[in-house]
Amino acid sequence: MSLEILLALLAATVQAGTPILYATLGEILTEKGGVLNLGVEGMMLVGALAGFLTALHTGSPALAFMAGGLAGAGMAALHGVVCIWFQGNQTVSGLALTIFGTGLAGFFGTPYVGRTAPGFDKFSLPVLGDIPLVGDIFFQQDALVYVSYLIPPLMWAFFRYTRWGLGVRAAGESPAATRAAGLNVLGFRWAALLCGGVLVGFGGSYLSLAYTHLWTNGLSSGRGWIAVALVIFAFWRPSRAMLGAYLFGGVMAFQLRLQAMGTALPSSILLMLPYVLTIAALAFSSWRSQRTEAPAALGVNVEPSE
Amino acid sequence: MPVLSAVRRQEPLGWGSCLVFLAALALAFTVSGTLLAVQGKPALQALWLLVESAFGSRYALEDCLIKAVPIFLCSLGVGLTFRLQVWNIGAEGQFALGAVGATWAALTFPGWPWYALLPFMLLCASATGGLWGAIPALLRLKLRANEIIVTLMLNYVGILILDFLVYGVWKDPASFGFPMTSEFVPAAVVARIGDTRLNWGLLLCLAVGVLMSVFLRSTRLGFELRACGENVRAARYARMPYAFLVVLVMVVSGALAGWAGFLEASATLGRLQPSIMSGYGYTAIVVAWLANLNPLVIAVASFLLAGVRVGMETLQLDLQVPAAFGGIMEGSILLAVLAGGFFSRYRLHLRRAA
Repeated sequence: MSLEILLALLAATVQAGTPILYATLGEILTEKGGVLNLGVEGMMLVGALAGFLTALHTGSPALAFMAGGLAGAGMAALHGVVCIWFQGNQTVSGLALTIFGTGLAGFFGTPYVGRTAPGFDKFSLPVLGDIPLVGDIFFQQDALVYVSYLIPPLMWAFFRYTRWGLGVRAAGESPAATRAAGLNVLGFRWAALLCGGVLVGFGGSYLSLAYTHLWTNGLSSGRGWIAVALVIFAFWRPSRAMLGAYLFGGVMAFQLRLQAMGTALPSSILLMLPYVLTIAALAFSSWRSQRTEAPAALGVNVEPSE
Repeated sequence: MPVLSAVRRQEPLGWGSCLVFLAALALAFTVSGTLLAVQGKPALQALWLLVESAFGSRYALEDCLIKAVPIFLCSLGVGLTFRLQVWNIGAEGQFALGAVGATWAALTFPGWPWYALLPFMLLCASATGGLWGAIPALLRLKLRANEIIVTLMLNYVGILILDFLVYGVWKDPASFGFPMTSEFVPAAVVARIGDTRLNWGLLLCLAVGVLMSVFLRSTRLGFELRACGENVRAARYARMPYAFLVVLVMVVSGALAGWAGFLEASATLGRLQPSIMSGYGYTAIVVAWLANLNPLVIAVASFLLAGVRVGMETLQLDLQVPAAFGGIMEGSILLAVLAGGFFSRYRLHLRRAA
């Protein structure tokens, strides 16, 4: 394989990994606060549609990206109403949210299938884009990819060095102790859930605004679930989320390239790759970690105080 | 200033729960109707049409029963795993694999008489569906891999296996390039009951439903299963066979979904084709939770959500409502009912702030 093809493949890897990265980071933030949200797949789809429709009607990709994040937060708020306010089972509510979101995106998106909308185009970052190899892979992408590079270090610093980060972690590890310390547990849970929803919505709108520029039903095709798996693979650490997202981006880019080149392998076998890899990655990381790295109160509702 | 606060109920709410349930349904219908109106459809007329075309005629009721069969089988299975706090989200893939197993039998032994072929197809469907349920169970027990994600990923893989077969080796040469197997021989088709459009799979459902109720209520293993679901650590301490139960419920659940796939391929379609996958496995999860995992109530809920699907077909034709509206209804009903559960467990009262 020549260097040029390899570089193109690696650049495509970063692009394919970006929506998964946004979604994984969003779910990490959510779960750190103790709320398990399995609605990621549905939220991504709704985010993708909101982004697409906004771009189509306003012509502004930046506004569209924001709309995608807002839609993600809106979906997350539904989950919050059911689980944080009304004490519903988080696993079931998340599944219901995925079914609801998939329906919502299909319902409002069907008239637009096949339409294209303005989105983000690639441009080379000054200086960084000229670095050989690294520049070709990482710095000749679209603006949303560059934004996504900033989030993992910011999130890491947030959890490690800020009081609010500590509050979110405490709400996820031990809600009772957090409350006893006079902190607003539900406030932290809500904040993590909504901000996580924004990131997941960003991931969705990346799909329609930068990855395809075009609307099709079922655009996310399991990426939301892969993101949920990657949170476990990443041991709830933003840096490892990057590794995982690009690993999957690589598989998706590679599989597309193989299909385009026309191999003897049927497309259905190639399409299985990311899903089989998800199972393998999950099994491997679950087996390797001696103790569970999950926030201790993940998925456990906080009972209303007397 | 008085504030509203929630207190856990000491007594179960009883009939009040029904009221809460109805209120939740009303809320879900309101949300769905509003979305229809946003899309410029006549909301009230559409919702009425949905109900009427689902339950308003004998033909429609037959349709509901036909669609309720696969939902019921899948839901009974996933409901069983949920009781043990094992999250089998994989009925969709297990359904696909069951259909594949049954189709393999039908295509390989077309010369067999029906009384040999149909049971063998059922057996193959149980084996392939059960295997698809066993994989996540073993991965969970041996490697602590999260079964929600494994079963979900296996859904995608299972559907792609089905696609691979019907687009490839099993494609009927006489199908003009359409991805479908050749039609099953008559011996491989589950017969219809009398002059109705219902097939004998309905009787199978009845038998399985009764067996499941009896198993949960009056066998030792059924008791252990419920106990493990309540508190795994206590149950393990009492030497209950937790690992065995996990594998058991996952295999049974997979096999039941496999049976649903078998019946769809054999009785409803008469062949295997990609359109066999219509999301019954996901509807089954909604049904299981709406029914609070109770086998009898699952039967009723399967019938009602099958009705939503039947009504949706009319809505699609008459009012051009996209099929995805069914997902909106299922999702909003489940979300509303989940939230409504709060009022069955807590009561609100006003008190003066200190």
